[in-house]
Amino acid sequence: MTAASSIEKAPPPLPTSLPAPGLRLSTLRITALAGDFVKRFGLAATGLILPLLLLALWQHAASQHWIAEQLLPPPALVWQSLVELWGSGDLRSHIAVSLSRIGWSFLIGGSVGLALGFAMGLSRQLKAYLFPTFEVVAQFPVVGWIPLLIIFFGIGEALKISAISIAIVVPIVINTYKGIANIPNALLDVARVYRFDLPQVIARVVVPAALPSLFNGLRQGVMQAWLSLVFVELLAASEGIGYLMVWGRQLLQLDLVVVGMIAVGAIGVLLDVSLRLVEARLQRWRKVAF
Amino acid sequence: MSFIQKHITHRDWRGFVLPVGFLVIWTAVTAAGWVNTKLIVPPSDVIAAAYKYFTSGTFFSGLGASLGRDLAGFVLGSLVGVAFGSLVGLSRWANRLAGPTFHTLKHISLFAWLPLISTWLGQGDGAKIFFVALSAFYPVALGTIEGVQGVARAQVEVARVYAFNARQLLFKLVLPAASPQIIAGLHLALIYAWLATIGSEYLLAKSGPGLGDAVIQGKTAFNVGLVVFGMLLVGLIGYALNRIALRAEARVLRWRGRAS
Repeated sequence: MTAASSIEKAPPPLPTSLPAPGLRLSTLRITALAGDFVKRFGLAATGLILPLLLLALWQHAASQHWIAEQLLPPPALVWQSLVELWGSGDLRSHIAVSLSRIGWSFLIGGSVGLALGFAMGLSRQLKAYLFPTFEVVAQFPVVGWIPLLIIFFGIGEALKISAISIAIVVPIVINTYKGIANIPNALLDVARVYRFDLPQVIARVVVPAALPSLFNGLRQGVMQAWLSLVFVELLAASEGIGYLMVWGRQLLQLDLVVVGMIAVGAIGVLLDVSLRLVEARLQRWRKVAF
Repeated sequence: MSFIQKHITHRDWRGFVLPVGFLVIWTAVTAAGWVNTKLIVPPSDVIAAAYKYFTSGTFFSGLGASLGRDLAGFVLGSLVGVAFGSLVGLSRWANRLAGPTFHTLKHISLFAWLPLISTWLGQGDGAKIFFVALSAFYPVALGTIEGVQGVARAQVEVARVYAFNARQLLFKLVLPAASPQIIAGLHLALIYAWLATIGSEYLLAKSGPGLGDAVIQGKTAFNVGLVVFGMLLVGLIGYALNRIALRAEARVLRWRGRAS
């Protein structure tokens, strides 16, 4: 089936940077580059049509007062608030507070999660004791814990850190454990032939083999952390991006709410991209087929 | 998922050590008065609160209201998600037009939409159902796009030979071929919808019926027993929903045969 389709497949198009002699090379390359540029630019431009249309509709609705200004701030006002809040440092300090909460929780939740995941992955005995309970508790929605945590910790910093840490622990434990449990036996047999001791097995076999799954867990953990951070800041906080949004909502200054959403989205993108970069860097040694 | 199934088939006693031990320590510590029993209430308080909640009549209306919002939002969001995902997956133009916007907006953390939604739609059922639908929309749309784009060209060519019209192509080839990814998306959507239901009930708490509302009222009244019971209930419903989804997934995808 695959063989047949590969036979019928048309020959691949000639590479555009074909080594042609003399002058033609540079002209070819330039036209190819220009064509590529136009194509890419065109693709990016079509992607911009929809947001621009929405923006135009938004602007039009606001300027025609279809909806009261308190309920739909004009785009210019949102932009102005964004610039002002950024310039005054308010937005930056809210972002810094939120990010530091993520950082601390990541440190706590990540290390607890890694320890638990490794323990259950390496010891069958521990897994038999811990995993059944963990599996049930892991399926509790993260936000369900928060009222109980409020009773224990109040609404201070301890609440945020504990809530976000719980959100991080679950995906990290599950992915770490799965990554280790799915290591092919052959790899461990080779390690046995080489008479690796336990630290060697962990450092040279277990960690590298479980790394993709580990990173999967880290990424899910960060995304879950970001989700529950926004939730807990909306529910009970006196600083942070979520608080900025609650504040704007209470004063009916929706421009602040939209600024908060922009900040949340931008940080979401940044977290995602930076994790991808780290992952790609750490896995450079892996020669993948596809 | 095989590790979960493996765990079901041989359930040994060691799994019960942790929860039973926890219960014993909890009871002992509260009975001996080593901790502030206002804060860490004895298990009997939780049972008493649960009994009171059951008999007051608000339990079933609350449970019904929460599950109703969960289901309504889930169905609504999933339908829109499959429709949107098929469109973006099948049409290159739709993908170019809407893809970048969709992939940018999905980075806005779910709960960040809630202040805006509550300003526009109020704090009632409308806002909550819309929010739950939004939470279900993203995973379903993502799964559908992935599934539809993964349909093999050879299969489409066969459909061409049989002169399928557009509707036959969609319902007889594309959607069935994409069903594993769509169902994976639906499964995620079920989990997110329950999270969003409870989250929106916490954040938009009114005195209306709903599990989340009851927990928030319990928190305000410092009724720790009710909070613990509500939390357990919310968690166990999440667990049950996930279980049902796993079962349904295995059943619906049985036609694919075993993977290995």
